[in-house]
Amino acid sequence: MTKEAVQLSLPGFDQAYGQWRADYSEQIGADRVVKNRSGIEIKPLYTPRDWSGAAYDADLGFPGQYPFTRGVYPTMHRGRTWSQRQLVGLGVPEDYNARVHQILAAGATAISFLPCNSFFRGVDCDEVDPVLLGTCGTVANTADDMDVALKGVPLGKISTAMNDPSPFTLLAFTLAVAKRRGVPWSSISGTSNQSDYLSLFIANHMFFRLSLAGSRRVLIDHIEFCLKHTPNWNAVSVVGQHMQQAGATPAQTVGFTLSTALQYAEDCVDRGMDVDAVLRRFTFFFDISISFFEEIAKCRAARRIWARLARERLGAKNPASWRFKFHAQTSGVDLTRQQPLNNIARVAVQAMAGIMSGLQSMHTDAYDEAIATPTEETARIAVATQNILREEAHLCDVIDPLAGSYYVETLTDRMEAEILDVIAKIDAAGGMFKAAETGLVQTMIGNSALAYQERIESGEEKIVGVNCYRHEGEENSAKPTERPDLERMKAHVARFKQHKAERSQDEVRRALDDLARAAASPRDNVYESVVEAAGRGVTHGEIVSCLRKELGFGNPLVIA
Amino acid sequence: MTTSRLDPPARVLVTKIGLDGHDRGSRIVAAFLRDAGMDVIYTPPWQSIGAVVKLATEEDVDAIGVSSLATDHLIVPNLLQALRAAGLGHIGVVVGGIVPDDERPALLQAGVSAIFGPGAARDEIVDHVAMIVAKSRQTRDADLWESAR
Repeated sequence: MTKEAVQLSLPGFDQAYGQWRADYSEQIGADRVVKNRSGIEIKPLYTPRDWSGAAYDADLGFPGQYPFTRGVYPTMHRGRTWSQRQLVGLGVPEDYNARVHQILAAGATAISFLPCNSFFRGVDCDEVDPVLLGTCGTVANTADDMDVALKGVPLGKISTAMNDPSPFTLLAFTLAVAKRRGVPWSSISGTSNQSDYLSLFIANHMFFRLSLAGSRRVLIDHIEFCLKHTPNWNAVSVVGQHMQQAGATPAQTVGFTLSTALQYAEDCVDRGMDVDAVLRRFTFFFDISISFFEEIAKCRAARRIWARLARERLGAKNPASWRFKFHAQTSGVDLTRQQPLNNIARVAVQAMAGIMSGLQSMHTDAYDEAIATPTEETARIAVATQNILREEAHLCDVIDPLAGSYYVETLTDRMEAEILDVIAKIDAAGGMFKAAETGLVQTMIGNSALAYQERIESGEEKIVGVNCYRHEGEENSAKPTERPDLERMKAHVARFKQHKAERSQDEVRRALDDLARAAASPRDNVYESVVEAAGRGVTHGEIVSCLRKELGFGNPLVIA
Repeated sequence: MTTSRLDPPARVLVTKIGLDGHDRGSRIVAAFLRDAGMDVIYTPPWQSIGAVVKLATEEDVDAIGVSSLATDHLIVPNLLQALRAAGLGHIGVVVGGIVPDDERPALLQAGVSAIFGPGAARDEIVDHVAMIVAKSRQTRDADLWESAR
């Protein structure tokens, strides 16, 4: 349909619209300017003049069809709903194992593994104040630890999402365990979450452990290794979540994330890998904020842009390579410490946005996330929120239910334009690696975070219980914080030290020598040696230290 | 902002100790304090307690703001102890971030002057820091006077 045809089919449009405009202006008086978080001005009403449907075929198409705006699969949530992937990780490996068996008994088909913060810093448990251990993830530093954590878990039959930043020792430990148990590596399935070193570096989330160049090398080696040995493993999850959490607007987040994906794809192609083999296993990870329509438009635009980039810019031929598959986590930034139970409502709205935007997998935050590390009870409510939305709210009856809304389609187009603008900026800076190295991205994110905070301080952005509807004399939470048992943790550290002392020191030295040699030789696949070392009893901290020596230390870039 | 500016300007170290790297809060608070006319010394996350004490000495700061998202607040009492041991007991320390209610008393008892959670207002933070800076200077001057006698 052309614009003219739309006008012809709406003979009374201009007059009626003019009348509405006049009535609106008269009643509302001085209208305020409304902008979404990405800075796009939002009008009070959208009509066929904003979005006529003329470009339906090119811009929307059908679910499972290029450019996938309406969803990456033909059936979407009508067929299979999203995976519920709640992060799990606490205490010592025995604690994790007990929790995973509870989850499996409750019918879970996929699990996740979140290591302790000390792991993210690249150190072993004996190098840290024990009071900090196991509070945000499980302490696991060796293949033996992983064996305990996964005791009785049917490796090879269950998909595991691991928060496993470079140099991917968790996967290495898991492969060592698989070997011990006679489980073929080809049957291991899951995802290396947090494999996106650029997002970790930019947002300072977790610890950036190797130099940027070193991380680049290790990631590409890891992808190459996985293509060869673990064909059911997603070696890369490109992460927008960290950057949006750090303050990037939703549009900036998608721009940065897709630029990162382009960088990784191009690096793999430079290494000689087939672009279709690589892209088929790319997945994405986003934050879903409470800016409802904006988040839906963001994800729809992201699908469309990625399909076009993968096909036209990267030259991928296989439709599977064009699909933008994503996991989302409801945003903790929107949650408040004040009146914490209100966060259940916030998470429900965020999750609804995620569902209507067509996600493949979701983690809902617990309502106490702005107060503490979630307890079992609050985590259960977070899961129940997903269950209610899936089973009771009829959100999954129709695929891409907001398509065709004048507003949502216009906003999708506007978000697309903003995102493409960000990608053009990153291209002009020489790509995402360079833009992170020089701090361009960090500066843009910092400015956005500050601008958003100013909007809260000025009251332009309202947050219930924070800058409006405050209750004076709020009661403190009486709930005791759940912390790992310190004595058990100390006993674990003692066992770890004993393990280190009792290993064959020659074997460890040889494994570390091999690793150092592989790191020093750009032709070798350094990840192969990481896996090898993990199987020979070398610890996480030892592997990271060795690589830091060879590939450079990862100093954070300070822009404040 | 209600604060009158100090002369010489307040010197505040904004930092993160321990294991976590989420620095959105520390960057924003650093910008707030700077906008209020204070000299801000900002560090990346993951500082050791020893490094913070050293920097506090070298930069002659009046106050330290420690940002914590994930349990790193548990080692803040160790920082206060280390500051006192280094003769820097006059330096005021505030904590910002996620501190569970039941773990707040331990920090306050250890000498933290205030804990600002998510949603704390800019002016509230800036005014409090200005206040502890003034107090820190008084204490330091009194200590100097004491040791001179």
